[in-house]
Amino acid sequence: MNNKEALKKSLNTLKSSFPIMIGVLLLVGLANQIFSNRYAEIFNGNLLLDPLKGALAGSISFGIPVTSFIVGGELLSEGVSLIAITAFILAWSTVGIAMLPLEIATLGKKFSIIRNSICFVFSIIIAILTVWTLNL
Amino acid sequence: MIKIKEIKKGTKFLLLVILLYLILGLCDFDLIKNGFLYTLNIFFKIVPILFLLILINLLINKYFQPKTIVKYLGKKSGFKGWGLSVISGILISGPPYILFPLLKDLKQKGMNQALIAVFLYNRNVKIPFLPVMVYYFGLTYTAILSVYIIIFSIFNGLLIKFFIKENER
Repeated sequence: MNNKEALKKSLNTLKSSFPIMIGVLLLVGLANQIFSNRYAEIFNGNLLLDPLKGALAGSISFGIPVTSFIVGGELLSEGVSLIAITAFILAWSTVGIAMLPLEIATLGKKFSIIRNSICFVFSIIIAILTVWTLNL
Repeated sequence: MIKIKEIKKGTKFLLLVILLYLILGLCDFDLIKNGFLYTLNIFFKIVPILFLLILINLLINKYFQPKTIVKYLGKKSGFKGWGLSVISGILISGPPYILFPLLKDLKQKGMNQALIAVFLYNRNVKIPFLPVMVYYFGLTYTAILSVYIIIFSIFNGLLIKFFIKENER
């Protein structure tokens, strides 16, 4: 494939996903406004429910992963458990409810649903294992 | 007049989100204004990544022929393919809404779905972001979490392989 054909193909790939990309970004902006100030209320120190809540909160609030580190770091300084924050950080970048339409459109429905479900469960398991290992 | 059926899926989704903004704007203008500004902020941050992704895509289209992709990341790629997926997941940057179309392209060229899952999971170990994680949570925590992410990315791929047969494309 020559340079011109390769560039044309690359631009077409991006062009076809552009409307969904903009839509997803608009949803990200909205979700952050709604949930960003409510995380401290959600986590209350329960060792079983906190990682679950963390994973749930992370699943619906997404964006650049570094943002989740900053939010997580701030929540940690406010006394939220590390186990909840770890699940939150992991779910933030691996599970994406608003990303789902784009993922389904590009990688398929079954793959997207199964992958997101596995990532949700893994974020809880890894959170528990990380904090357990850290405390050894 | 344009018929609704003729509008592409992606455009329909964007129109629905705009409609949501308009409805919410009637109730709380500040909410959608701040949401829009946040979106704009992210968009400007990802513009350089978009150019980088076009470049990566261009190079893939130019140099990676389906045979190469199938050889390293295809059904019979073996351990090399899994290792390569882990490494490329860590090294290749970009949000999923930019990477998904790229992965779709690779999938059409024969990339194994389990390896796509491995690649996506390893996006959590982002080298440029690690200093921020170390700053907030410490080096030990960051190292432990990164190791678990890499290990579980393999489990992720194995589970995808178990649930989705390769002929289900």
